[in-house]
Amino acid sequence: MTPRYVSQVAKKSFVLAGMEIQKLLHDPTELVTRAVQPILWLGIFGEALSTVRAIPTGGVTYMQFITPGILTQSVVFIAIFYGLNIIWERDMGLLQKLLVSPTPRLALVLGKMGSAGVRGLAQAVIVFLFAMVLGVPLIMTPGTIAAVIFIVMLGAGFFTGLSMIIASIVKTRERFMGIGQVITLPLFFASSAIYPITIMPSWLQAVAYLNPLSYMVDGLRSLLVTGATGQLPFDVAILVAVTCLISVVSAFMYPKVAI
Amino acid sequence: MNDGELITVRGLTKRFGDLTAVDAISFSVHKGEVFAFLGPNGAGKSTTIKMLITLLTPTSGGATIDGLDLVRNSSEVRRRIGYVPQLISVDGTLTAYENLMLMARLYDIPSRECASRAREVLSFLELEDHADSLVRTFSGGMIRRLEIGQAIVHRPRALFLDEPTSGLDPVARQTVWQHILELKKSYGTTIFFSTHQMEEADAMSDRVAIMNTGHLAVIGTPQELKAKTGKPDANLEEAFIFITGTHFKEGGDFREVRRSRRAERRRG
Repeated sequence: MTPRYVSQVAKKSFVLAGMEIQKLLHDPTELVTRAVQPILWLGIFGEALSTVRAIPTGGVTYMQFITPGILTQSVVFIAIFYGLNIIWERDMGLLQKLLVSPTPRLALVLGKMGSAGVRGLAQAVIVFLFAMVLGVPLIMTPGTIAAVIFIVMLGAGFFTGLSMIIASIVKTRERFMGIGQVITLPLFFASSAIYPITIMPSWLQAVAYLNPLSYMVDGLRSLLVTGATGQLPFDVAILVAVTCLISVVSAFMYPKVAI
Repeated sequence: MNDGELITVRGLTKRFGDLTAVDAISFSVHKGEVFAFLGPNGAGKSTTIKMLITLLTPTSGGATIDGLDLVRNSSEVRRRIGYVPQLISVDGTLTAYENLMLMARLYDIPSRECASRAREVLSFLELEDHADSLVRTFSGGMIRRLEIGQAIVHRPRALFLDEPTSGLDPVARQTVWQHILELKKSYGTTIFFSTHQMEEADAMSDRVAIMNTGHLAVIGTPQELKAKTGKPDANLEEAFIFITGTHFKEGGDFREVRRSRRAERRRG
């Protein structure tokens, strides 16, 4: 870990993430189509369950309760399919060209994570605007917004890394699609996104505590809804730790997809 | 190392489990040479190239490029070589200029020089009128030229091209070759290309190496090899059969075929 290596990683990660953002600017339709799902979850699922009042949400409305959950879900869904993007780049030949350039492997991973984070932030803007339209009260101070940005970037980073690892194991688009479908919903259901962990059967609670998605939801919920941020440092610490770990593993595995 | 040698390969070997894809091959490529690397699918061509461009680590033996060891100095080697994969390696959703800027930055060209370097490459490849068009609107030949552009933005000593004209029509083929040869003339770049096509190797290269079943079957200038047959009008294919006493063995698995056909269709 020489200073030169660190500066190379930082510089190249920004270059690569910048390229992804440039692509998004050339064709922003993706941002619009991505907006549909969270809007459906909030507008239909959220509103419907609000009228039933079947889920204990600890003093906040159900809409307030699930808004951070839906935000998390839409960020994670974007990130978890990033592996497709690298399989695509491999099938094209772009990945080989990047691997032959003097770019640290870690920067290839962090660049993807950064661009998934930016896409995740675009989702956050959509979710917040829609929540505002529906009249869901959220705590929006400069401080909470900064912390939300940080957590969204971390969460997007973790799941992008996970996705890249899966891609380097399965190697084909078809298999990746299958696995992506199989893991996204369980990740979502085995978390506190749409109901509290306390109402789950105990085996599922155990899974939920191991699921990084829960810590992302918790962190966002404490910032945006409850204001009870006592657990926040712990949530963030967990997310930082797992994201660092997965970056390193993924930087090691990712080049294998090219061969 | 000989002064005139840029690439020196010694006993280079790659095994995948029981399969020896490349079996202790040795050869060298001179500075400024156009070197054709021939052989059927599955002969070990791409495995050799992947080792030379630092994507794969050799099982034993090794090679140096510009005096630098492939494995020990891989990051220094990377700064001295350019690589044009057979598959499409430019991003269709970016413009030509952005594709070049990306590579300029990844190769650590000082930021105030990046733009001028990208412009220089665009004009060298006669793509300056299309600098700001999205690459997905390009023809096959233009895509190939831009891919070469991406690989030379950092002025490499050696340029590796994997099947540079596969899937191109004859006109595009000609302009692509014109630019490759111009690169050698203007910048003294050493050209190392693989191909299936004997005629292409015969017409374009200074020297030819032919791989067959993991071994280096033949190496020499096209004239030397053809002269060995004793027939005045022999072509390279006949020379290969005469020298080795064998025909090419057919190879290539389903995945390989699917990938190269897909790439051809996109470039098409």
